[in-house]
Amino acid sequence: MSNELRITNGKVYDPVNNIDGEIRDICIKDGRIVESVSDDARIINAHGNVVMAGGVDIHCHIAGPKVNLARKLQPEDHRLDPHPATEHTRSGVGGVVPSTFATGYRYATLGYTTAFDAAVPPLAARHVLEELHDTPVIDKGYYAVLGNHIFLQQLIKEGRKEELKEAIAWWLNACKGYTTKIVNPGGDEPWKGKKNSNVRDIDEKSDVFDISPRDIIDAFIDVADDLGLPHPPHVHCNNLGHSGNFETTIETMKTAGDRRLHIAHIQFHSYAGKLGENPLSAGREIVEYVNDHPNISCDVGQVMFGKSTIMTADAPSAHMTQAYTHTKWINADTENESGCGVAPYNYQEHVYTNALQWAIGLEIFLLSKDPWRIVFSTDSPNGASFTSYPKLIKLLMDKDFRNEEISRVNQKAMNKSILRELKREYTLSEIAIITRAGPAKCLGLANKGHLGVGADADITIYDDQEDKELMFNAPRYVIKSGQPVIEDHEFTTDYYGKTLHVQPEFDPSIENSLRPFFEDYYSIRFNNYAVSDHYLHDHEFIPLRKS
Amino acid sequence: MSEAAATNTPAKTKEENKNIKLVNDATCTFCGCVCDDMDLTVDTDENKITKAKNACILGKAWFFEHTIDHERPVAMIDGKEVSVEDAIEEAAQTLVNAKFPITYGLSDTTCEAQKQAVAITDLIRGNIDTTTSVCHGPSGMAFQGVGEMTMTLGEVKNRADLVIYWGGNPAESHPRHFGRYSVMPKGMFVPNGKKDRYIVLVDVRKTKSAGVANEFIQPKPGKDFEILWALRALVKGKKINNSIEKETGVSIETLENLVDRMKNCQFGVLFFGMGLTMTRGRHFNSGALLSLATDLNEYTHFVAKPVRGHGNVTGADNVVSWQTGYPFGVNFSYGFPRFNPGEFTTTDLLSRGEVDAAMIIASDPGSNFPKAAIEHMHKIPVISLDTKPTATSKLAHVAFATSTYGINTSGTVYRMDDVPITLRPAFESPFPSDEEILTAIKNRVHELVKAKRYRN
Repeated sequence: MSNELRITNGKVYDPVNNIDGEIRDICIKDGRIVESVSDDARIINAHGNVVMAGGVDIHCHIAGPKVNLARKLQPEDHRLDPHPATEHTRSGVGGVVPSTFATGYRYATLGYTTAFDAAVPPLAARHVLEELHDTPVIDKGYYAVLGNHIFLQQLIKEGRKEELKEAIAWWLNACKGYTTKIVNPGGDEPWKGKKNSNVRDIDEKSDVFDISPRDIIDAFIDVADDLGLPHPPHVHCNNLGHSGNFETTIETMKTAGDRRLHIAHIQFHSYAGKLGENPLSAGREIVEYVNDHPNISCDVGQVMFGKSTIMTADAPSAHMTQAYTHTKWINADTENESGCGVAPYNYQEHVYTNALQWAIGLEIFLLSKDPWRIVFSTDSPNGASFTSYPKLIKLLMDKDFRNEEISRVNQKAMNKSILRELKREYTLSEIAIITRAGPAKCLGLANKGHLGVGADADITIYDDQEDKELMFNAPRYVIKSGQPVIEDHEFTTDYYGKTLHVQPEFDPSIENSLRPFFEDYYSIRFNNYAVSDHYLHDHEFIPLRKS
Repeated sequence: MSEAAATNTPAKTKEENKNIKLVNDATCTFCGCVCDDMDLTVDTDENKITKAKNACILGKAWFFEHTIDHERPVAMIDGKEVSVEDAIEEAAQTLVNAKFPITYGLSDTTCEAQKQAVAITDLIRGNIDTTTSVCHGPSGMAFQGVGEMTMTLGEVKNRADLVIYWGGNPAESHPRHFGRYSVMPKGMFVPNGKKDRYIVLVDVRKTKSAGVANEFIQPKPGKDFEILWALRALVKGKKINNSIEKETGVSIETLENLVDRMKNCQFGVLFFGMGLTMTRGRHFNSGALLSLATDLNEYTHFVAKPVRGHGNVTGADNVVSWQTGYPFGVNFSYGFPRFNPGEFTTTDLLSRGEVDAAMIIASDPGSNFPKAAIEHMHKIPVISLDTKPTATSKLAHVAFATSTYGINTSGTVYRMDDVPITLRPAFESPFPSDEEILTAIKNRVHELVKAKRYRN
């Protein structure tokens, strides 16, 4: 059987290669996009269809211990949304936190072919890799939560910069992560060690480690640049969800100077107003800072109305959520590495704060001047499940639809937002940027997010429909690594994608510093900590940036 | 990296002139502690483990008594030796042709094998359940209702200054729990080990575990829920009736003192066992305890953790959850997973005589299930995978002898606190692993199901 494929007659949107809706052929061979194929190639006629690269999710929570806890926690959610097996695919359950198989298939049915879990403590690396392996179709990777690691904080405190770099490189190898994740820097120690308190200011020094959140962020930014990580530190700022937190967010970005930094789910960090009072929007202040600083990238973390689940390494923020809802709540501490909180949540249109959060996310999207750096996410499932992406695309592309929605939600919140005044409508090309090309670029994935020669043949073919929610909800074809997985809206085969990770070099003598720490403070042996390669299954290590 | 550079050093000792292999940092899978600091000495001539440094009394028995029974056939049908291929064919046919097949066990095998078992059950639209349903199943149900405050065991080692054990006897069931994780170790913020901790044991019997406790509280049997609810009330500053002492055997003063300690500790932990989950009240008991820990987080940092029994029962919970969305008691008969403890839990299904074939993996319900359930197992074709002959393997229609995880085969197990660990096997077994047998059954089942269900 020929492994060649030619997609003909499709309207191609490939912003990396400056193709904006031109009718042209895409040729595929051996899983990659090529210049041309032989006459034996199978032909897919995409007449009347839109052709884009597969979607790339830069920030979601789909695998690992916190996800599995959230999954186990909510049988009531799965029960309403079964995911039956087919001849080619495994069964599962959906809801806000689907089973692994359902997660992969449902990403595929939105035209997404790559996703990164945004927060895993390295001690759970085997767990996340095994869940990711059971997540079909998509390529995947994860960010290692290291920002509050006790050993690394000690190195920062003692100014041992070279060892910090070596230790982080060691850790990324040991756990097969993609980049470093910093969550509520400095917040774990007061939470675990000082009766569930929290750090409040980016310059507040820890009384245990005598360093501030800013010191941690600054040190990690340097290490990522020194190592040449393809994606900079992925930062969840302090004070998530609190009124007035936008100042912390601006300060976090200022810490980077002109160095690379990614701010996660920035909507949750764009609130004005006074602490303890109703939030106001600081969407404009935040987006203006990002617009003016090309070293910063961010994903939006849009809120969508309906059921969500808060799951985060920021344990205090999950506790705050639970204090509002009084529903079930999980707190889960990982030794030396991280905290974690999980709490079911429901964003409601009539609730002022929820409606304002929704509006702030949209403000950020609509005021963005650079779609390559202000990219698409709902922090799934924190702001909303990834299955709400098509509706969010419609909100961005269809002003009339957006205005209808605006009229349905809490008007007091709308009066505090400039959303009504924003007339912008995203084009298909801009959607291709914020959902594919932009995130791939932010992640340093040279072979993803575009359809140029040499790119991975991860391709989505949508029916060109007026209703963009319908259009993005059901691609006609999804091709993963050159293999058609969905054809005429149906799965025609099962497919398991690759794990994407980095392998920065390190000086093995760093183990002399690490080993005693493990012996004293970990509960597993140092020799049993690093994850062996077979947990990667099919994998690809992404090259480091040349310095 | 380190894991690849496994410390398997062949060496010959002069005295005995035997081939000896050392396996360092091996993992003991006997109980849920999953201690990964075993230094094993293996006599590779005899295929026997002769030393197990750091192992507890249970671990030593687990390692030393493991021998290869060369007489035992790898596969049997109705008690007669057959080829593995024939047994796999018969197992696959049995499962595919059954109207209501079930899969059960899984807590003493690797996650890799567990994944294959779920895949088979998904294909045959059967029912999958693990030993969780007869141990901490009620805790799993309570968790779904109220959540939990949890942690990895290293947090207890580094931080806990108040450690409460409830309804368990770790001194005898999990002998290294005290020494390795929770009582004795010197941790980052408890540098003097036990001296920096206050230990409480709550149990209806004064067991060996009481020896380590600073305080032993002995309630009347079956009164755990009442005590836990009273503690919740006291934590919230509510008055409780004096009758509590008569009802539970524990005085108000004792409870008030305990509440005082709980609210004022830096990092408290409640470990609980089957003395809580499998006595009157079951998931209400677990729910009360989990809620108590949650309530205490308004005052300080407090966590709770079931002390799990089998070596990889926690892995079974994780694998079944990520693949199906539910932790145990999962039914695929509609072509997608459904969860209903009591309906889809194995003792209930067997006792009601609803199932017509069963695949039992690494578990022996034939010896420890209720009489009605065992009687039904005798009436239906059973497929068993086990490392040793058991009551279940003896009644099985198709019986596979498999190698032992952690001793003969590698793979992943999850410690009771969800920490995944890779096993370092000591010596090879002539028997195939559970994963190998299950993968072969799955592949054959897949062919049969495709032909049966999807042929045009």
